[in-house]
Amino acid sequence: MSSIKREMRKKNLTEFFVNFRKNKMGIIGAGILIFFILASFLGSMIFPYDPMNFGEVGSSLQPPSIEHILGTDDLGRDVFKNLLAGGRISLIVGVLATIISMFLGTIIGITAGYMGKKTDIILMRFTDFFLVIPWLPLVLVLAAILGSSIWNIIFVIGITSWAGTARVVRAQTLSIKERPFIERIRAIGADDKAIMIRHILPNVFPLVFANTILVSAVAIISETTLSFLGLGDVTRPSWGMMLNSAFESGAASSGAYWYFLPPGICVVLVVLSFTFLGYAFDEILNPKLRRR
Amino acid sequence: MPGNPLSMIMRNPKASPEAIARTKELFGLGQPWYIQFLIYIQNLFKGDLGLSFLYKKPVVEVILQRIMPTLIMVGIAEIIAIFVGMLLGVISAWKRGTKIDVFALGFSLVTYSMPTFWLGIILISIFSIGLRIFPTSGMFTPGQTFSSTFAMIKDGAMHLVLPVTALSLVLIGEFTLTMRNTLLDVFTEDYMTTVKAKGFGDNYIIRKHALPNAMLPMITIIAINLGLIIGGTIQIETIFSWPGIGRLMYEALKNRDYPLLQGIFLLITVSVILANFIADITYSYLDPRVKN
Repeated sequence: MSSIKREMRKKNLTEFFVNFRKNKMGIIGAGILIFFILASFLGSMIFPYDPMNFGEVGSSLQPPSIEHILGTDDLGRDVFKNLLAGGRISLIVGVLATIISMFLGTIIGITAGYMGKKTDIILMRFTDFFLVIPWLPLVLVLAAILGSSIWNIIFVIGITSWAGTARVVRAQTLSIKERPFIERIRAIGADDKAIMIRHILPNVFPLVFANTILVSAVAIISETTLSFLGLGDVTRPSWGMMLNSAFESGAASSGAYWYFLPPGICVVLVVLSFTFLGYAFDEILNPKLRRR
Repeated sequence: MPGNPLSMIMRNPKASPEAIARTKELFGLGQPWYIQFLIYIQNLFKGDLGLSFLYKKPVVEVILQRIMPTLIMVGIAEIIAIFVGMLLGVISAWKRGTKIDVFALGFSLVTYSMPTFWLGIILISIFSIGLRIFPTSGMFTPGQTFSSTFAMIKDGAMHLVLPVTALSLVLIGEFTLTMRNTLLDVFTEDYMTTVKAKGFGDNYIIRKHALPNAMLPMITIIAINLGLIIGGTIQIETIFSWPGIGRLMYEALKNRDYPLLQGIFLLITVSVILANFIADITYSYLDPRVKN
C-alpha cells in the first residue's frame, strides 16, 4: 500500500519537474531566487559585514570605487557588504514569516472545511476579519506595541498574512471531503484528526505550496515597509533598514544613488522571482490555465 | 498598550500632583478602562471621538482637517490608475503574446513588486533633486502668499504630480493584471467564438461583449482598493510629507495618541464597509443576475 503511494508521489513529482522545465517564467524566477540565496548566504560569508566598521574620517557617502564596489553609506560603511548581509536577513524574515502564515492558514482552513457547521462559521468570520481589515495600519500598530525586534516582525507578518491561504485551503478541503475515499477511510474507523492530517493535508498540499510562494513575496515587501517606517530591528541591517537609513540620512537629496538604489532593486528582483514562481506553479498545478 | 498617555501629554517629569490630576480629569483617564470604554461608545453617538493627546483638540476636528488632502491625492491617482490600468489590461489581453503584452505584463509585475516608498524616493531623486521640476514635499510652498487663486492652484498642482504618479503607478500594475486575467478568461467563453463568427470588428467585440463581462472582478478590486487606500497612503504621505490621513495616523502611532488612532481606525473601517457597499450596489447594476 505505502509503496504504491510512494510510486505515485514519485511519478507526480517527476511530472511536475518535466512541466516546470518547460515553463519560462518558472525557470527565470527560480534562477533569480537561487542567485540571491547563494549571493546572500555564501557572499556574506566571503565578504563579512561589520556594522561597527565606520571607515576613516571623510569616507562617508563615497561613490562606487574599486575598494567599495557600491560605495559607502552615511557612516562610511561598505554598501555592497551590507547588501549581502541584509539579503540574508530579509530572506530569513520572509521564509520564517511565511512558515507561520502557512501553518496557521492550513490548520484553520482544513479545520473549518472539514468540521463544518459552527466551527466553520466561527473560523471563517475570524478569517474575514483579517481579510478585510486594512493590512498596513494593523501591522504598524502591532509592531509598535510589540517593539522592534526581528522576531516580533516575523511574528507580526506571520499572523497577519494567513487569511487568504485559509480561504483557499478551506475551499479545497470542502471538495476533497466529499470524495468517496474519505468515506471509506471513515468506515474503516479512522478518527477526524487522522483523516485531516493523513488524508486531507497531502491533498491540499500542492495548493498550500503555490500559496507559500506568493506569501513569501508579500512577507519580504512587508519587512521592507515596516523597517522603512522605523519599526525594524536596528541591530539587524536588512534591506528595509538600509532603505530606512538611506532616506533618514538624506541619500536621495544628496544624489547618493548607490546607497538607495541597490537595496530597492534587490527587493524588486526577489519579489518578482517569487511572483514568477507562483505564476509557474499555478499554471502547472491548475491544468485549466494551461490551455489559455 | 504600552506608553503611559499621561507622561506623553504632560511631557514634564516634575509636574505637580495637582496638574497631573487635572490632566487626568480633562482626558478622562481617571476611571477604569471599562468605564472609559462605555463613555467612549456613549460619546461616539454624539459624534464626539474624544480629545487628541498630541494636538489637544477634538479628534474629529483634527481628522477633518486632514481628509481633504488625502481625498484629492487619492482621488486623482485612482482615476488615472483605473483608466490607464484598464486600457493596458485590455490591450495586453487582446494582443496576448505580442511585444505589447510582454511589455505591459512586465511593467505591471515590476510596479506591483516594488515597495511603494522606494518608488517615491526614486521619483524625488529624479524629478526634484536631479531635474528640479517638481517640489519634494508638502502640499503648498511654505511661507508663500499667493497673488491669485490661480497661482495657488498651480502651486498645489506642482506639489501633487509626484505623489499622484507614485500612487497611480503602483495601482496601475494591480489593475492591469486583474483586467488582463479576467479578459483572458472571458475570451475562452463560447459566446466570444460566436460573436467572432458573426463577423463583428475587434473594437465592437471588446466594448460590447468582452468588457461588460470582465467588469465584475474589476469593480471588486477597485472597491477593495478604495477601502484600503487610507492605509496604503501612509507610505506615500510619509515620503512626500503630504498632510493627509496616512501621515496623521503615523504621527498618532509614534506619539501614542490613542484617541486619535481610534478615530482614524473608525474612519478606515467605515470607508472599507462603505466601499464594499458601493461595490455591491454596482454589481446588481452591471449584472442583473446578482439581483436575485
